[in-house]
Amino acid sequence: MNDSKIPAWVNIIGLPLVNIFFAFAFSAIIFVAVDVNPLEAAVVMVKGALGYQEGVGYTLYYATNFIFTGLAVAVAFSAGLFNIGGEGQAYLGGLGVGLACLGLDHALPFWALLPITMVASMAFGALWALIPAYLQAYRGSHIVITTIMFNFIASALMVYLMVNVLKLDGQMAPVSRVFEQSAVMPMFHEIAGWFGFSFSESPMNLSFFIALACCVLVWILLWRTRWGYAIRAMGSSPTAAEYGGINHKKLVIIVMLISGALSGMLGLNEVQGYGQQLKLDFVAGYGFTGIAVCLIGRNHPVGIILASLLFGILYQGGAELAFDFPNIDREMIQVVQALVVLFSGALALMLVKPTERIFVLWDRKKKSLGKAQAEA
Amino acid sequence: MSTLPSDKPFALELRGIDKRFGAVHANRDIDLQVPPGTIHGIIGENGAGKSTLMNIIYGFYTADAGEILIGGKVQKLANSKEAISHGIGMVHQHFMLVDNFTVLENVILGAENGALLKHSLHDARTELERLAKDYQLDVPLDALIEDLPVGLQQRVEILKALYRGAKILILDEPTGVLTPQETDHLFHIFDALREQGVTILLITHKLREILAATNNVSIMRQGAMVAHRKTAETNKEELAELMVGRKVRLKVDKVKAKPAQVVLSTQDLTYTDDMGVDRLKKVNMDIKAGEVVGIAGVSGNGQSQLINALAGLLTPTSGSITIGDTCISAEHPSSPDGVRQLSVGHVPEDRLDMGLIKAFTAEESAILGHQNQPQYNGLVMNKPKAITQECVRLMKEWDVRPQDPKLRSSLFSGGNQQKLIIAREVEKNPDVLLIGQPTRGVDIGAIEFIHKRIIELRDQGQGILLVSVELDEIMALSDRIIVMFDGHIVGEVSADKANEKILGMMMANIMPDELSESDAGQTTNGGQS
Repeated sequence: MNDSKIPAWVNIIGLPLVNIFFAFAFSAIIFVAVDVNPLEAAVVMVKGALGYQEGVGYTLYYATNFIFTGLAVAVAFSAGLFNIGGEGQAYLGGLGVGLACLGLDHALPFWALLPITMVASMAFGALWALIPAYLQAYRGSHIVITTIMFNFIASALMVYLMVNVLKLDGQMAPVSRVFEQSAVMPMFHEIAGWFGFSFSESPMNLSFFIALACCVLVWILLWRTRWGYAIRAMGSSPTAAEYGGINHKKLVIIVMLISGALSGMLGLNEVQGYGQQLKLDFVAGYGFTGIAVCLIGRNHPVGIILASLLFGILYQGGAELAFDFPNIDREMIQVVQALVVLFSGALALMLVKPTERIFVLWDRKKKSLGKAQAEA
Repeated sequence: MSTLPSDKPFALELRGIDKRFGAVHANRDIDLQVPPGTIHGIIGENGAGKSTLMNIIYGFYTADAGEILIGGKVQKLANSKEAISHGIGMVHQHFMLVDNFTVLENVILGAENGALLKHSLHDARTELERLAKDYQLDVPLDALIEDLPVGLQQRVEILKALYRGAKILILDEPTGVLTPQETDHLFHIFDALREQGVTILLITHKLREILAATNNVSIMRQGAMVAHRKTAETNKEELAELMVGRKVRLKVDKVKAKPAQVVLSTQDLTYTDDMGVDRLKKVNMDIKAGEVVGIAGVSGNGQSQLINALAGLLTPTSGSITIGDTCISAEHPSSPDGVRQLSVGHVPEDRLDMGLIKAFTAEESAILGHQNQPQYNGLVMNKPKAITQECVRLMKEWDVRPQDPKLRSSLFSGGNQQKLIIAREVEKNPDVLLIGQPTRGVDIGAIEFIHKRIIELRDQGQGILLVSVELDEIMALSDRIIVMFDGHIVGEVSADKANEKILGMMMANIMPDELSESDAGQTTNGGQS
């Protein structure tokens, strides 16, 4: 039972930390099992992710992807829709960016091309979300099922396009030509250079700042506009939303378009920034991880930035870890990431009660201590 | 409490029961003594702590302090299983029955003996037949629950408790879904149970039922027991005063209505739901400016569909609704927004699911349905200040407490939530006001306030449709009363002719003789089923 007043921060900050702690505790057991000192591993991981400029750059480059896909999940979830098609929407968004670059990189300078690739990434991602959205709104097909299926369709479509249409003649690898350097996102070390700072080379690029801008825009959309009001109303209470004159069908479509567009913008970072050409499988699970990011980030843009940083650290630090310890291979790093997803996502609510109970005990102790001191 | 024969221990005794939920002191030092074989009423406003106390007795919660004595012995009730084993049974407000199981199957659910159902069913049948005979609780044992009227479903719940050996029966607001006649029948069952030595705890907020059915009554206010009375030695006014803590006017003062032009009417309004069931059958009615039209009926007979259809939430299958000059029908459907623009306000029956959004702040809930109005919105961003101001204004005007527009809607009491919703709808000054269950789960103090305001609105010339399951409320507020049964209108009574007996018969689809002659002209009798 709810025996004491639990302040909001316990659930907003405390609980995710407890969940992450448990994930790391289980990871430690695995490390011990392969004769690696978990503390040593943790130091390598954190240093690898945050200890030097290149590592920080990589961490933020990964975080960029997670911010986009995390926001996409959050917007849909605010309306009560579980969009797990971020993977496919991001894939298509990347295709849009790639096509725009391949078609226009000779013709346009970067700052003229950027708006076009942005619109292309959003349009392609949104379009891929539109069909499941329509099916949910007007045909009653469940959005979870359809968005999952559209991930597979996106994958198959990309294989077809890469192998049959976009592959260069006389090459075995299914990749497109590399974009003109003028079309590529300015890297962060270049941007830092413009302002007279120096920063090590890394794949972190302009799209990180686009992602941060998206966080602000999403916050404004959800909390400061009438459309956000409608979205949150539908997510909290569909009956009340209908009573309030909110058109459910229309809103499902609009929300999914926004969600798909946000996913699609991952292409800016991955294709126009990092890959600089179109190839297969560049989404590499970022879409699915976005669900975990959104869950850990509690559906709020600020939380999503923090959770994205966490996953950025896990990705970058994990790579360093695999490099430093011969006993640890890439799959084990994936296990660590999976444990974080498992505890923060699937089992997120398992520890609610114990966390609250610990807080209550701690609170009581503090109060009785305070009383004792006051009496003394 | 009165003195009792000392040789017989109390069936149930509470000593100093105390329970806190964080800052909320739900039960303070509660003492209660219930002699065996009596009917004991517990009465109190919403949030007075009745439910918490019953849940402690039934083992759902553990008290922070105090002890429970059953038959004179102190017992620790750690969960409801232990409570059941000590002979305590509970009939919840919302029935806990499996709709597509038979009565027999429902009764043995969770109390099967052995893995094979056949034996359990056989034993249960014999036992139930005995119980039915002893307590006059006749129920067709092989009927499916979904085929039974609510009155019978309630008997199944009582049988379930008795089958588990209940000697102390707790009933939480048992009459909410019953017609007056069914209620009378339930009270007869109580008498039979009492004669067999069963002790009954009746929890209700209806003063009339306490007076009609109980031997003793305990009154709770703000978590504490404020008084114990012998029912024979008290009256409505005293009980109401004890519940609220001050004098309450139970009667609504009003002058005769001056109905003017028709503001809303329906023409053969019919609605068939997704399952193909006709929920409204050729309903013809109208509302004039300056009158209150009450819709009475046992819940589930089409009242909800009627108010929702009028509010634009349901599209008529056939027939039409005329609001002002606009006609709404299957060919020309409208929407909640469209109806709102025709100057119709709607206080929905389901306050928590529809009237507001629990997760929203009070100020956000205070603009639900009006969120697109220009005064709250700029070109892109909305105007938080304007929204807060509006909420503060409504809260002041309607005495909503606490006066905190940033507080989450779910944290207000039922009465204050309702005041906020009614305020929101009324302050837009609509021509027609549809009000569903205005005082469900609302404390007496707030009821008094809401009733007074409804009559004021009527006198200002608004046309008001009132749907309520509380007959007292319908009779107190309405100028005309329309009774519905199974989706059609049984008939109409003017308020001065209405009484409980007449309305009760009409709610069971019987047209009382005295009405069918004198009011024949006015009566609109839809298709009989």
